[in-house]
Amino acid sequence: MNKKNKIKIIVNGKQMTIKLKFSLKNLVDKLKLPIGRVAIELNRQIVNKKNISRVLLKTGDKIEVVHFIGGG
Amino acid sequence: MKKDNFIIANKKFSSRLIVGTGKYKNMKECAKAIEISGAEMVTVAVRRVNISDKSKPRLMDYIDPKKITYLPNTAGCFTSKEALRTLRLAREIGGWKLVKLEVLGDKKNLFPDMIETLKSTEILTKEGFKVMVYCGDDPLMAKRLENSGASAIMPLAAPIGSGLGIQNKLNIKIIRQQTKLSLIIDAGIGQASDATEAMELGCDGVLINTAIAKAKYPYQMAEAMKYAVISGRKSYLSGRIKPNLLGSASTTNKGLI
Repeated sequence: MNKKNKIKIIVNGKQMTIKLKFSLKNLVDKLKLPIGRVAIELNRQIVNKKNISRVLLKTGDKIEVVHFIGGG
Repeated sequence: MKKDNFIIANKKFSSRLIVGTGKYKNMKECAKAIEISGAEMVTVAVRRVNISDKSKPRLMDYIDPKKITYLPNTAGCFTSKEALRTLRLAREIGGWKLVKLEVLGDKKNLFPDMIETLKSTEILTKEGFKVMVYCGDDPLMAKRLENSGASAIMPLAAPIGSGLGIQNKLNIKIIRQQTKLSLIIDAGIGQASDATEAMELGCDGVLINTAIAKAKYPYQMAEAMKYAVISGRKSYLSGRIKPNLLGSASTTNKGLI
């Protein structure tokens, strides 16, 4: 594999390697995330879920994907 | 008798019991306890999705947000910044604007940091959130929260998860007298009589998590809490008799042999 075509990002605190020109939508699909049940932050900014196919990921991007869990 | 609905942020509920969804053995137990309790609103927390293990059960698969109102909370937040971030994310998940704000100030007693809480309430209200606020039982702070646009005031009865029951009835009574806002006891309930007492003090509702989830028999306790809240509310609305130091016989002496 050609390393030049790969970039490293952090998703929920874990490092991931993805292809160049990978969009947030590609990531959501790769991780099989239920888009209607999560919220996504890119570098501390909330991303409008309608726009995820337009957001291209860059090296070092930090992504947080959250959902609801049980809590008091 | 006219229908006694519980209204929060223009939404009508018939149950005055709000249940927390944490600390249960599993999601199945949690969902069943909620069903038995009759609660129509549950608190939920915002956390990272486990991206490496997707087999973990998901809350929404067990509790349908179309049937039960989700009340996203800020459990675990110790600053206004953290709380705002959490609730903005909660809103993004699917349009949740009715939220529970909880900014803690101390890791041991879990009392709220009221300065951070007040600050957050003002900002969230301006952003269009309907904020139900976990707070101490200080009537002055409760008033300030009301002035900041809170949708409901939720004082603690005792520390979160302590099960100690209502420690300061006087303050709860004073808060009740001074506000028309929804007043909900949020933390510290241990047993059914605590919930009844809260309702008899005039509270509009009770929020319970640990007392049900950690009871030896959570389903039985869920049912007990359901009736405790109904009972306390009816008692409050029924106009209790004036307490009297001396006895007053229930049977007439007329015709006594």
